[in-house]
Amino acid sequence: MQIYLPIAEVSVNAFVLLGLGGLVGILSGMFGVGGGFLITPLLFFIGIPPTVAVATSANQIVASSFSGVLAHFRRKTVDLRMGVVLLVGGLIGAALGVILFNYLRQLGQVDLLVRLCYVVFLGVIGGLMFIESLRAMRRSRRAGGAPKRRQHNWIHGLPFKMKFRTSGLYISVIPPVLVGVLVGVLAAVMGVGGGFIMVPAMIYILGMPTKVVIGTSLFQIIFVTAFTTLLHATTNYTVDMALAVLLLVGGVIGAQVGTQIGLKLKAEQLRVLLAGLVLLVCGKLALDLLLQPSELYSLGDGSGQ
Amino acid sequence: MLWRLCLCLTLLALPLRAEEVVAGLSQARVSITANFAGSEILVFGAIKREAPIDEVPLNVIIAVSGPATPVVVRRKARQFGIWVNSDAVEVDAAPSFYAVASTAPLSQILSNTEDLRHRISTPRAIRAVGVTDTVADTENFTQALMRIRSRQGLYQTDPEAVVLREQTLFRGSIALPANLTEGLYTTRIFLTREGRVIDAYQTAIEVQKVGLERWIFRLAHDHPLIYGLLSLAIAIAAGWGASSFFRYVRS
Repeated sequence: MQIYLPIAEVSVNAFVLLGLGGLVGILSGMFGVGGGFLITPLLFFIGIPPTVAVATSANQIVASSFSGVLAHFRRKTVDLRMGVVLLVGGLIGAALGVILFNYLRQLGQVDLLVRLCYVVFLGVIGGLMFIESLRAMRRSRRAGGAPKRRQHNWIHGLPFKMKFRTSGLYISVIPPVLVGVLVGVLAAVMGVGGGFIMVPAMIYILGMPTKVVIGTSLFQIIFVTAFTTLLHATTNYTVDMALAVLLLVGGVIGAQVGTQIGLKLKAEQLRVLLAGLVLLVCGKLALDLLLQPSELYSLGDGSGQ
Repeated sequence: MLWRLCLCLTLLALPLRAEEVVAGLSQARVSITANFAGSEILVFGAIKREAPIDEVPLNVIIAVSGPATPVVVRRKARQFGIWVNSDAVEVDAAPSFYAVASTAPLSQILSNTEDLRHRISTPRAIRAVGVTDTVADTENFTQALMRIRSRQGLYQTDPEAVVLREQTLFRGSIALPANLTEGLYTTRIFLTREGRVIDAYQTAIEVQKVGLERWIFRLAHDHPLIYGLLSLAIAIAAGWGASSFFRYVRS
């Protein structure tokens, strides 16, 4: 069944979109990620204009994160105070990101920026996660408790300290705000929630306990992606409601299926799989940049628009 | 006075137009609905004439053109080992859709000067007057524009799509693809003999989003803030709905 998307102005198969939403939903349910890093490139692939893909993914992430954060609120694993501090940074970052996005759109380099961001971030995160989880698997095979590292580093020397009771932390607000800004910029430019950057940053840089990390990250992602959606909707008119609804329906169902699959696998196995997937997407995008494209020319809007 | 002059001129002009096109379209309005998957427009007509049919055969050209907008054509080049957009050429006005159907290949039935005057063939329909002078080979850029749009089904040339019977009745069809944009699609019909255009007829097809498509598009452009908030409301409702639905199913 073909469906004409009113904002993207292309006609695509509705079942392809439902399936795409479902597939990403399964993965996000399995691994606890928003799935934005997968859905945006996949939308490019089926011919949705990049600007629409980025803006609409942000809207879709609002839905999946909201669904996820409700479960965490019930389990009381959301550090609201930390979430708000991250959010302040996130909103500043998102505003900067949209400005950067529009500036590069005029230069015609937005495609390049989005792709480069993907290759660099997916490559680094995927690589680190892959090595880390392989090590964890080897350790668990040898049997023996994983060494707990609780580092006291430069983070603890910074001013403006604040108490985060849920996380059991007493640290400066500067690092969380900076992490927030970084994730906000990425959310606006890449159309992702930034969970795949936020989660490792919270664990390794801020030293937050793992059990509150996902809930808190989801909490702040909702607001940052909601803000990004609004900014894209009011400045670029590129949020496609019809596209978002189709992705949502698939995604929401897929997420529940994915959660069931995820419960049957071991944590290390899950992480290796996720790392492999991230590296796969990264490799595909990197090849596109490195190999000579079959069509050297591309079309864009006139500069007057 | 002016009216009389007009009448005189019309009367004088009439005998010169020995052969006239009379044409119609199967539909003058195309509605883009949610399940729009392209549309086929049938163009039909006849040649009205007072005198007996000329020995030299006639030819018919049908050209449908979507609204013209400026387009930036960019070329990738290898820099620091990766492929990035480097040179760009701005084409002043390129139709979003352009289809030429005729009874024979354009090169055989239309002279160059007539093509220039009426802008019939695809390269002529693209206006690239003020192209930037930073790039030497602007020709390659306009060709790329035509190549890309042809691949998307937006630019079509079919030299056999029009059938002319007994030098009098003709009929042709234009396939409008699914990735159409809104606007007024000018439809021109040319009658040619020995490369010269002897008569032309012009009408328009209105392509418009209707129903939900139109409502969403208008809302997004007229009230972007409300639209953005509505998108968020849908997203939050879907997230909340899914979460509570599956909780209910499990319990």
